[in-house]
Amino acid sequence: MNKSVYDSPETTAVSRRHILTVLVDNEPGVLARVIGMFSGRGYNIESLNVAEVSNDEHLSRITIVTEGTSEVVSQIEKQLLRIVPVHSVSNLDEEGSSVEAEVALVNIDLNDSNKKKIYEVCDFYRARRIENENNYVIFEIAGASERINRFIKDVNQITKIEIVRSGPVAISTYKNTKEE
Amino acid sequence: MKQEMTGAEIVLQSLVDQGVEVVFGYPGGAVLPIYDTLFKQNSIKHVLVRQEGGAIHAAEGYARSTGKVGVVLVTSGPGATNVVTGLTDAMMDSIPIVCITGQVPQHLIGSDAFQECDTTGITRPCTKHNYLVKDPNKLSPVFHEAFTIAKDGRPGPVLIDIPKDVQFAKGNYTQKEKIIIPSHRLFEPEIFKNDEKINEVVNLISKAKKPIFYIGGGCINSGPKAAELVSQFVETTGAPATMTLMGLGVLGSSHSNSLGMLGMHGMYEANMAMHECDLLINIGARFDDRVTGRLDAFSPNSKKIHIDIDESNINKTIKVDVPVVGDVTSILKRVIKVWKENNLKTNQSDLKLWWDKINNWKKIDCLHFTNNEKEIKPQYAIQRLYELTKDKKTFITTEVGQHQMWAAQYYKFEKPNRWLTSGGLGTMGYGFPAAIGAQVANPDALVIDVAGDASILMNIQEMSTAVQYRLPVKIFILNNEYMGMVRQWQELLHGGRYSESYTDSLPDFVKLAESYKAIGLRAKKPKELDGVINEMINTDKTVIADIWVSKEENCFPMIQSGSAHNEMVLSKDQKQDKLSAEKGKILV
Repeated sequence: MNKSVYDSPETTAVSRRHILTVLVDNEPGVLARVIGMFSGRGYNIESLNVAEVSNDEHLSRITIVTEGTSEVVSQIEKQLLRIVPVHSVSNLDEEGSSVEAEVALVNIDLNDSNKKKIYEVCDFYRARRIENENNYVIFEIAGASERINRFIKDVNQITKIEIVRSGPVAISTYKNTKEE
Repeated sequence: MKQEMTGAEIVLQSLVDQGVEVVFGYPGGAVLPIYDTLFKQNSIKHVLVRQEGGAIHAAEGYARSTGKVGVVLVTSGPGATNVVTGLTDAMMDSIPIVCITGQVPQHLIGSDAFQECDTTGITRPCTKHNYLVKDPNKLSPVFHEAFTIAKDGRPGPVLIDIPKDVQFAKGNYTQKEKIIIPSHRLFEPEIFKNDEKINEVVNLISKAKKPIFYIGGGCINSGPKAAELVSQFVETTGAPATMTLMGLGVLGSSHSNSLGMLGMHGMYEANMAMHECDLLINIGARFDDRVTGRLDAFSPNSKKIHIDIDESNINKTIKVDVPVVGDVTSILKRVIKVWKENNLKTNQSDLKLWWDKINNWKKIDCLHFTNNEKEIKPQYAIQRLYELTKDKKTFITTEVGQHQMWAAQYYKFEKPNRWLTSGGLGTMGYGFPAAIGAQVANPDALVIDVAGDASILMNIQEMSTAVQYRLPVKIFILNNEYMGMVRQWQELLHGGRYSESYTDSLPDFVKLAESYKAIGLRAKKPKELDGVINEMINTDKTVIADIWVSKEENCFPMIQSGSAHNEMVLSKDQKQDKLSAEKGKILV
């Protein structure tokens, strides 16, 4: 549970997935500070996503999916807040409801025998075709990670594919009046 | 008012504007423009060290002994990598430092240029914050922000990396008053959240039957007022108080409520009281593993209050009942105010029973050692050092190891900021340069580095610095020809196999001192000790006093790793049970 050289007195705490969203000044090295804190203190990053969200104020939002007990995740939040360019940290799981989505691009080898089946699966999952050549096709699928997992599993049963995934981004469903 | 000047001039002007008087440094290719500007001015004094590692520890000693920010100036590449240990040390012990490093010119960054390294990358985890400044116009805002961040909230080191071309380029200087630092970049105490907490704190204290104050380095960092307020509140409540290694001096050793230091080599009564208390009031300490011992047996029956400026320390290793996040001084002021307004009192008869118990533990006399006339006991050496220096304005620094613990146990500190030691990182080689820094800041004081024969060799080159600046620093070596603490652990946990812990071919420390044109003294027998100490403190030169002490003396009392506060080992004959010794062996 904790990070002492001594044995932890409690070992029963439940470890589960948390989504943290971190608002930062978009300045050089800020991402390295955030991920360095995770690796340096031995925390997990399952996925990570970063992009500028406000051009004029130079703010970026980092979405991190991590796994840990609530004690560990609370420690992660506090350690993140120590980083000077960090404005705020929210644990979306603990702030009530939130929605999350991720994007995957899938490059599929096409031939006459699998073509029909593949298009059926893609239609079923509403994957969008974004590039089409003779022997391959690239689909884009967005939505909950679980849905993307199922899509990949189904296509994988038909043919060999190459995948890139963005990892989830998430947002709280209630609107903050002021965010800082 | 904006003025145009070169980057190097902006650096110096920023330092002057920040009230900096001394810079500890070492020149090199990538900082030559700054050294050139330094040459042309008189407001800032530069102390030339002999290795960059010495510069940063000297700045730490300067900062710790004055409460001001310590400033370091070194070159790129090896200059920067040599300060990494000191930056980490300052990070762990919350010492405010601004470290300026030169960098290769911007067009060479990333080309593996001569003396290039990724300074901001290397120092990111061991600084509070760091900067690579690419625009001379941004230099002054960065400097003023850096000084604020170094001092703000929980203090720490900040590094500013400046490419050589930026030092030459012209830019505008902005005064510190004109710089607005966005609030999220600074520490913000949650004053309003704390109101209820303060009530809880005073209620718990007034109702406690067996309370104890656990006082840490935060009470020193918070400024001289904090120590006064702590003493005042401890006296008001009548409760016992124990201090961490970093907190020594907050409450005077002679204070009747003080139980001295706690932890691995702390006082028996302090650790027993921590174990048995029903209320633990942590002020500015962080439940370090050297203090807590085994976590599942740490103060098992107490409610815990934790006052800390760094929220990440709350519930990090020990779960607490009442966390209060904020600066010790401002929180204690309010605690005392609420205590008085509500006319609160502690229960005197309960406290009497508690003190009776504590006084019984005191009878164990855990610091007892057997003196003899043949050889100097290290504990005796520290006792005599204390007796002969207690009436002077004395600063004690230490290296790391047995001598450090003996100094903490047997030297009695009455004031804050007089005890400078590397607590968190445990850096051998800290004490001597730190003493140099403390002496620069306090020219009239007596500054003594209590050292071991192994530790002192880690920064012995600074003899040259001490002599050059006529700094009358005293090095008091407890010489047992061993890395004493390593040997002690090998004796207790590794079957007495003294693997590589014997220091063969030690220098003759008297001749070593003389070769630097300093004074070398030696005491081999107990009867020579007082004479050597007196001679040492009465010369106005740098002195090495080589004190030959018993070779295989151990530091006791001790909580061996893997044990709890109530399982202290008081002497060599008392063995730890085998099972917990095996378990403890894997720990640090």
